[in-house]
Amino acid sequence: MSFPKPIATTRSATGIPTGRLAIWWVLASEVVIFGGLLGSYVMHRLGHPEWADAAVHTNTWIGAFNTFVLLTSSLTAVLAHEAAHDGDGKQAAKYLMMTIGGALTFLLVKSVEWGIEISHGYTITANGFWAFYYTAAGLHAAHVIAGAVIMAFIARDAWRGRELQRVELIGIYWHFVDVVWIFLFPLLYIAK
Amino acid sequence: MARAIAHVPHAEAHEHHGPPGILKYVWSTDHKIIAMQYMFTGMLMAVIGGFMAYVFRMQLAFPGISVPGFGVVSPGEYNSLVTNHGSIMIFWVAMPVLIAAFGNFLIPLMIGADDMVFPRINRLSFQIFFVSAVLILASLFVEGGGFGGAWTAYPPLSASAEYNLTALGSTLWLVAVALEFVAFLLGGINFIVTLMNSRAPGMKAYDIPIVCWFIVIAAILFMLSVGPLIAGAVMLLFDQTLGTGFYDPTRGGDPILWQHLFWFFGHPEVYVVMLPAFGIVVEIIATFARKKLFGYKLVLYTAVITGVLSFFVWAHHQFVAGIDPRMANIFTVTTLMISVPVAELCFVIIATLYGGSITLSTPMLWALAFMAEFLLGGVTGIFLGASGADIYFHDTYFVLAHFHYTFFPIAIIGSFAGITYWFPKMFGKMMNETLGKIHFWGTVIPFNVIFIPLFVLGAAGQHRRIYNYQHFPELAGPEFQQLRVIATVALLVMLAFQLVFFANFFLSLRRKEKAPRNPWRANTLEWTTESPPPHGNWPPDEMPKVYRGPYEYSFPGRDDDFWPQNEPV
Amino acid sequence: MIERLIEQASSYAGDIDGLIVLVAVLVGFWFLIAEGALLALILAFRAKPGRKAEYLTGKEEHVKRWISFPHGLVLICDVFIIVASVQVWYDVKQRLPEPDYVIRVIGQQWAWTFQHPGADGMLDTADDIRTVDDLHVEVDRTYHFQLESRDVLHSFSVPVFRLKQDAVPGRRISGWFRPTRIGRHDVQCAEICGFGHGMMAARITIEDASEHAAWIAATSPAQAP
Repeated sequence: MSFPKPIATTRSATGIPTGRLAIWWVLASEVVIFGGLLGSYVMHRLGHPEWADAAVHTNTWIGAFNTFVLLTSSLTAVLAHEAAHDGDGKQAAKYLMMTIGGALTFLLVKSVEWGIEISHGYTITANGFWAFYYTAAGLHAAHVIAGAVIMAFIARDAWRGRELQRVELIGIYWHFVDVVWIFLFPLLYIAK
Repeated sequence: MARAIAHVPHAEAHEHHGPPGILKYVWSTDHKIIAMQYMFTGMLMAVIGGFMAYVFRMQLAFPGISVPGFGVVSPGEYNSLVTNHGSIMIFWVAMPVLIAAFGNFLIPLMIGADDMVFPRINRLSFQIFFVSAVLILASLFVEGGGFGGAWTAYPPLSASAEYNLTALGSTLWLVAVALEFVAFLLGGINFIVTLMNSRAPGMKAYDIPIVCWFIVIAAILFMLSVGPLIAGAVMLLFDQTLGTGFYDPTRGGDPILWQHLFWFFGHPEVYVVMLPAFGIVVEIIATFARKKLFGYKLVLYTAVITGVLSFFVWAHHQFVAGIDPRMANIFTVTTLMISVPVAELCFVIIATLYGGSITLSTPMLWALAFMAEFLLGGVTGIFLGASGADIYFHDTYFVLAHFHYTFFPIAIIGSFAGITYWFPKMFGKMMNETLGKIHFWGTVIPFNVIFIPLFVLGAAGQHRRIYNYQHFPELAGPEFQQLRVIATVALLVMLAFQLVFFANFFLSLRRKEKAPRNPWRANTLEWTTESPPPHGNWPPDEMPKVYRGPYEYSFPGRDDDFWPQNEPV
Repeated sequence: MIERLIEQASSYAGDIDGLIVLVAVLVGFWFLIAEGALLALILAFRAKPGRKAEYLTGKEEHVKRWISFPHGLVLICDVFIIVASVQVWYDVKQRLPEPDYVIRVIGQQWAWTFQHPGADGMLDTADDIRTVDDLHVEVDRTYHFQLESRDVLHSFSVPVFRLKQDAVPGRRISGWFRPTRIGRHDVQCAEICGFGHGMMAARITIEDASEHAAWIAATSPAQAP
């Protein structure tokens, strides 16, 4: 039994579907959150050249692999949207599950990566660089987890042929999560 | 399946069955019920915040006294009282009442919609807000006591229990504030998208009532400014709980970073609460002066310009904080410039009275008092924006009196204006005019008697957040102590008069006589439906269509001096 | 205006008070005009039976000019205030005139430590005088202060100087003052710093040259080599 949608949800005085309008506003607020965090990191990094000594210990290969994983998952999210656009809920759900698979791979690799770093003594309290490293990547990972969970619900609905318009919306969110990582990767892994 | 059964109440609510009694209200997704949830929570928190003011003002007037209802106030408790008074009044009174309660109630009704676009997210945002309210109250009773580092929570004091002595209280405070932010981000998206997309057929952008515009602009301002502080709060939380050193200079951190992140949000935040209050005042003045708003587009543009400029003034809170002195001059310029659109907004509203036909009912009294009191708050801000003068005034009672002359009109006068105006629509009964006027005068006059002495004390060099001025020989004399006593007695009088409001509120709810649909003969769409509106606001096949703007009062050649938006040409 | 409530005891206190008076005059003017207009309009346009309100769209010149003219005038007033403020700010916060003496002010939870130069007139020598909550300075001499904090944020405030500067841990922030009047006055902490924030009351004693020399002689821990 689904929730009866108000008339309000079906109107569109701007011509843009309601859900899409909403997700872009969500992204606007997220941009400011991550912007604040990364801006603070950049300012600190510029003021602390010695952080480069800590930054050298991040594993650029693992970071690059995870970047590849996320970019691929964005591709499957696009394919899911195309399938949904064509009305094929089951195919869209399959692509969404692949995207979730990408998310899980990303998180698994990150857990292993952090495990290695922590065992070497590079903990969140080790110094300023590592504090930002875990906080920024951790906040990003939290968004990956939240996105994957919501994506699972949308995939379930899509499999049943319902709410196909939401496939595009979670895809937009997913691209944002990807873009944040595109900024994090050079800041945390390449700037050494 | 258990899930399906749990969902049944939503569908059945449309058929007026559903779970019995109170549960229907707890799980409702109706924007009007959610509005009431926010409003009553906000009113309860106002009582708690007001109680805190009573306690600390008693301590200041009669140092060392055992305050009736509280006991002797220790220095640590004093700090916690002023901290939580400020935090509660801004985050758990002003925002939920002005933005969430009025926004939720009014926006769908005033744009001719049947609900918000995302009713379940609307419900979720209240639930998160409610949890945040429980947490902030819980923080007062944990071991060590409530957080006492001021609502601004500057580190290193706020980051380390070694300094603040309130380990658990500090963390609960921070988590409560963060959750409140999340609740308002979610709620804000609902408001913005609903206003953009769900308007009645025929309602163009410039036909939207100003209060709806202003609440949505406030939601956008909030959304774009709170991000960096959320990031900063995560960092502060980690400093508090994990031992990181984001703000610890001994570990390469910077306490001033927090200040920038806080005030980048903190300054737009004052406009986030100011705009809805101004919006309420605009609606009331147009209705009770029977006059078209003088310059709808002008009012809209000044609000937008104020909002944009508000992002460029934040460091006027940090003039003496240790920032580069050259930066201060830039912020003096931007801060004084923002006085121009705000002044313009005030001038247009006052000009709307010209040529009007004014009736001084209770809502109008509140709206006019808002203008009169806010003007003093606004002009005293100039002293603080001028960096040279701020060297002296920073962190004195002059600042405190300035922001109470802005915040009190916003949060208290604005709320009473809105409640007395929309009470008939919300509850289907009229409020008592005589009690309303008694409450009005008994609030506004004592308000001035509280805060004018505080301007004087601030000008004499009295600093904030100090629990006993008898420690300072130059401030301990009887002439200054008398001012403190006067302010406290005036507060007691003002608090006593609030009983009149509560009496009026509850007695009016229980009246037998029902309120008409449009007791104020106003134009906007909420007055075209029943009082209170049913679920869905209008029958689905009778949703309103709009033919004109919201302020067509006293149109020449018409018999009636009002012209509802939905009346066909 | 301010000096009726609290003395001026520094060379720039008068400038700051003057700026405050300028602002007070300008905003006071606007405040009275706006409140007066508000009150006048409320009284003049009370509802009267048989009289309908006017219908004004906001384009009417004769009313618009009551908004655009004040708008321009507010802007001009702001410019005056900005110019005056920048001058005062520059003098107090951006420049550091040549000092006669340098002192160090250290805030901590919950007391002020003042490090004075001894008879040799130089800071960080063996004859330095350290006091708690008790600052001594000589009238008509220019001082630099070096402000530090041992723990959290504090703020060094001397209301009779009209001076204030936050103390930030991890930094040494410099400023200046020149006392112009003999007397004993309050020093307050102007940034909440925990439980004892209200107990950080200190005193400043401004004395003439001979009294100051006598105080140094009596309290200095060692003779300068």
